Amino acid sequence: MSMLAPAMPVRRSARTEIAVAAIFIALALVPFAAAYGAQGYILSLFVRVMVFAIAALAVDFLCGFGGLITFGHAAFIGLGAYTVAIAGAHGVTDMAITLPLAILVSALFAYVTGTICLRTSGVYFIMITLAFGQMAYFIAGSLAPYGGDDGITLPARSTLFGLAVFKDDRALYYVTLGFLAGAYFLLRAVVYSRFGRVFRGARENPTRMATIGFDVFRYQRIGYVIAGALGGLAGFLLANATEFVSPAYMSWQRSGELIIMVIFGGLGTLYGAIVGAASFLLLEEVLAGFTENWKLIFGPLLVLIVLFARGGMVGLVTSIKARLTRG
Amino acid sequence: MADAVLLIENLRKRFGGLVVTDGVTLEIGPGELHAVIGPNGAGKTTLIHQISGTLTPDGGRMLLNGADIMPLPPNERARLGLARSFQITSVLPRFSALENVALAVQARSGSSYRFLRPAAREAELNDQAMAALTEVSLDHRADIVAAHLSHGEKRALELAIALALEPKLLLLDEPMAGTGPEESERIVAVLKKLKGRFAMLLVEHDMDAVFALADKISVLVYGRVLASGTPHEVRNDPAVTEAYLGEELE
Ligand SMILES: Nc1ncnc2c1ncn2[C@@H]1O[C@H](COP(=O)(O)OP(=O)(O)OP(=O)(O)O)[C@@H](O)[C@H]1O
Ligand SMILES: [Mg+2]
Repeated sequence: MSMLAPAMPVRRSARTEIAVAAIFIALALVPFAAAYGAQGYILSLFVRVMVFAIAALAVDFLCGFGGLITFGHAAFIGLGAYTVAIAGAHGVTDMAITLPLAILVSALFAYVTGTICLRTSGVYFIMITLAFGQMAYFIAGSLAPYGGDDGITLPARSTLFGLAVFKDDRALYYVTLGFLAGAYFLLRAVVYSRFGRVFRGARENPTRMATIGFDVFRYQRIGYVIAGALGGLAGFLLANATEFVSPAYMSWQRSGELIIMVIFGGLGTLYGAIVGAASFLLLEEVLAGFTENWKLIFGPLLVLIVLFARGGMVGLVTSIKARLTRG
Repeated sequence: MADAVLLIENLRKRFGGLVVTDGVTLEIGPGELHAVIGPNGAGKTTLIHQISGTLTPDGGRMLLNGADIMPLPPNERARLGLARSFQITSVLPRFSALENVALAVQARSGSSYRFLRPAAREAELNDQAMAALTEVSLDHRADIVAAHLSHGEKRALELAIALALEPKLLLLDEPMAGTGPEESERIVAVLKKLKGRFAMLLVEHDMDAVFALADKISVLVYGRVLASGTPHEVRNDPAVTEAYLGEELE
């Protein structure tokens, strides 16, 4: 009956709260642990994890709650990142400008493309989001003044009112963590809100929603814009983390990876998106360290997890626990 | 009549070569319960779809409280006071019974462009939703996920959703379809209680229920209104007896 489990329990369970607290405490402690190892490497790996977790949260919001399977979400990351890079190329490096701008550009792209995508549903929706994603990818590749296919290096990380706040990797780490927490708690509030109820209802039964008086399209478009804006935020952070931006950020493979992360962690749970992004990127990193042909292992492993861990890692832990307590 | 809640004139609809609504004219006054009966495939559901806006007619006129609703999409018709139930149960399967109804309350009262406050804790929404559930005797099942309700309970839930909208006109497409005798009786009792509060258009095959509830009856055959009038008039109309009621009333 897992198909019919409530999309979001009315009451938040204590187990969820503990899991969420554990995730954020663990992330907050990473820099301390990293001090005993390859600090720079560990910090940058986990910044990546958190950046993709933000984007995966947005994807979970759309797929897991809105039933809108988006296959082009990497475009929003790319838009956010390119906004930072292009502004930087013109000497604008202050995040007081570039951060709102990155979010605005992605939100605007979401509004325009959402207006078209959301007229369709099902497979058509997936294909059109993919098409818009590819469109953004090819446009970025053709931006000759900004590196074209090769991408472009940032002059420096963003400043805040002239201060080089991201100069220290730890500062970037904690700012990213702060944004991740913000994104998580924002989406959680949205999902439970009046708006979220309509957004979730639209996935359950759009005809019913229309006959009780909701213009489903408008609500879905707002949801799409929220998710797009979060993608832009992730892009802003990614550009700062890597100090480099290229069209590869927007490739459809990236969009697919975001979906896999969400399925990995457990669709429709929000915190599962964080778990999924972490497991995906860390597993990738570990396997890549083992063997050059890591994709040979990674691919089948993904299939197995998707097949056997319905509800993702979060679901897997829950069901193992249930089996253990039953004896 | 100017004060009709619903006025339909010469409504026409065809699916390819099949004429399903053939110049239907119908009027429902305030507080009136108007039953539409007819054999399977007569076009009753199609008529309701056109009134609620999920299907577009080919021609004709439809006025709700004097306002032309023809160009409006379903959600805007709902905002004008049109509520409906579906022949095939249509609820939000993963939402609890209470949340299904609370969503309807939300649709009618206040803005739903609120993003941060948890809706489940809005006493105002919950109280009104609970009141609607109580009217259909489903209050004790408020926390049950709709998918897990029995068929009869889902029918009752549809009714509660419609009630929560505080409609001016309620369209009911076979509210008793597929329910057992006990549950049908319960639904008839609920409809009796609601009668007069708002106008209703009832499509139903259960003739005992129809004749017990209706103020007016229209008989639809092959998309055409064969007869329309009080239950007494319709019962004694020879054309109706011949075409339809003869067998049903045996
Ligand atoms: N979307 C459609 N496309 C083509 N034909 C349709 C469509 N919907 C309904 N019909 C046909 O139109 C006719 C009227 O259907 P409708 O569902 O309105 O009948 P009804 O009076 O509600 O019947 P019942 O009592 O069985 O519910 C039927 O012959 C049906 O097969
Ligand atoms: Mg029907």
